[in-house]
Amino acid sequence: MTLVLLALVVWAAAWALNHWLANGPLRQTSPVRIAVPLLFGLTILAVWELCVRGLNVPAVILPPPSAITTRFAENTGTLWQDFVQTVLKGALSGYVIGVAAALATAVLVDRFDFLRRGLLPIGNFVAALPIVGTAPILVMWFGFDWQSKAAVVVIMVFFPVLVNAVAGLADTTQMQRDLMRTYGAGYWQTLVKLRLPAAMPFIFNGLKIATTLALIGALVAEFFGSPTQGLGFRISTSFGQLAIDTVWAVILVAALAGSAFYGGMTLIERAVTFWHPSQRR
Amino acid sequence: MRPILTVLAVIVAVWYAACLPMNVREVLTEAERAGVVIVPAAAVDRIDAGTIPLLLNNPNALGGTWAQERPRLPAPHQIVQALWDSTVTEALFNRKGEISNRNLLYHAGTTLFPTLLGFLIGTGLGILLAVGIVHSRAMDMSVMPWAIISQTIPIVALAPMIIVVLNAAGIQGLLPKAIISAYLSFFPVVVGMVKGLRSPDAMQLDLLRTYSASQSQGFWKLRLPASVPYLFASLKIAISAALVGAIVGELPVQQGGLGAWMLAKSYYGQTAQIWAALFVAAVMAGLLVVFIGWVERRTLRRMGVAA
Repeated sequence: MTLVLLALVVWAAAWALNHWLANGPLRQTSPVRIAVPLLFGLTILAVWELCVRGLNVPAVILPPPSAITTRFAENTGTLWQDFVQTVLKGALSGYVIGVAAALATAVLVDRFDFLRRGLLPIGNFVAALPIVGTAPILVMWFGFDWQSKAAVVVIMVFFPVLVNAVAGLADTTQMQRDLMRTYGAGYWQTLVKLRLPAAMPFIFNGLKIATTLALIGALVAEFFGSPTQGLGFRISTSFGQLAIDTVWAVILVAALAGSAFYGGMTLIERAVTFWHPSQRR
Repeated sequence: MRPILTVLAVIVAVWYAACLPMNVREVLTEAERAGVVIVPAAAVDRIDAGTIPLLLNNPNALGGTWAQERPRLPAPHQIVQALWDSTVTEALFNRKGEISNRNLLYHAGTTLFPTLLGFLIGTGLGILLAVGIVHSRAMDMSVMPWAIISQTIPIVALAPMIIVVLNAAGIQGLLPKAIISAYLSFFPVVVGMVKGLRSPDAMQLDLLRTYSASQSQGFWKLRLPASVPYLFASLKIAISAALVGAIVGELPVQQGGLGAWMLAKSYYGQTAQIWAALFVAAVMAGLLVVFIGWVERRTLRRMGVAA
């Protein structure tokens, strides 16, 4: 019981500190902007650890963070192989193919008004559908290895990127296009020098949404059949053995991979669209 | 409308064409077993042969690719047939008007309720969190980055965990799936709502200050109405995310629902039934989004926003 009380105390103290930091004179400085969320995250971990130990929650239901990190440290070898199988082979290759296909289609849709009026409503509709449902079919077609996971990722990534890219390519004003015409620029020059750069903020919006979708697709597809490695496979087998701390260690890997993927995309976005108002400091 | 129909017609045509190479090998194997003479007679030769020469050499096999019992790619009419069989025929003739767990509609209903419940929970929590974030700077700075990071975690990884934890706590059935739906639908609502609650500009806030409006009056009379268009845009994303959550949440438990249906049918290679379930899920997602759009238009008109 004392541990639970301690958890409450930790929570209250950390919250008071955060409140003070966030409303204090230093709130605009970058150390505080990083410290506040970091403190919040550490508090949650501490409260979790203390509550699990204090209330004697069985490890089968919810292991404490310390047990998860030890399990993570013990199994780095296996987890790395799972990471390579699911993230690098499945998610990443599918992501690249899907994004490339979506961008090529977006240029076509933008070029031909017929496709815009015909394909875009369908694309919008499909983007809202539960596409993960195609996973069992694609596993049946492409086999258990990473190819089927990449195929699921391609379909999941395609429509959000397509819809965003088409919206972005339409985001130039008449004035800007007229200016290009006075320079004597042709279609391709206008596309490469004006419309693609102008579309970049939209495209990156789609690309960032797609990072999460790619990982979800690759993981879910493994529930329908996989070789004896991969994050989804590890989750379902460890879960079958009630090794819940391993499951959490895999989730940690997935979370790190997802955050790194998203963060990397944000960095590229910042480098490419440095001119956009949302990137100004 | 015409471009959409044309594109749909092209998709259906491409689909029928794709059935030819996808299914030709199995059709030829079946035909060989039935005693029909096919052109590379030995099965070994057919393994290396491309699908196009196989089709050209055996033109009489073309029809078979659209009529297999367990095709790799079922033709559109086979999917419609499977849809009809597993809903209407099943209810009217096999069960005498009763909707049993062999009926696809039963599973669609099993998926729909956690979707709606999760959507309501997620939306409610999302709105509350957004209100907190807008009013407390500490919450804004500490919670918002984690809300973003939480979305980079593939939540489906948590689906089996959430279900086992809740089972241990004695909660079964609807709620575990609803929680996964809620988790997926809550983030778009938070982001949209925060943007919406902050959308009134300085001029409007100043006007309220000259009226000496209190903070709660400012919230109810300015911020909340201003956030409604943003809220509905997020709700459309949230409802389809909730449906995905419910379907994925059904994979580990196997107690009915479209996800369980698809997994079970994939074990037996009943592809037409999987496609039928996908079609039902698609129609469900479409109807839910259309319904929210309808509510949005009515609400905005009632509020006097030109829509």
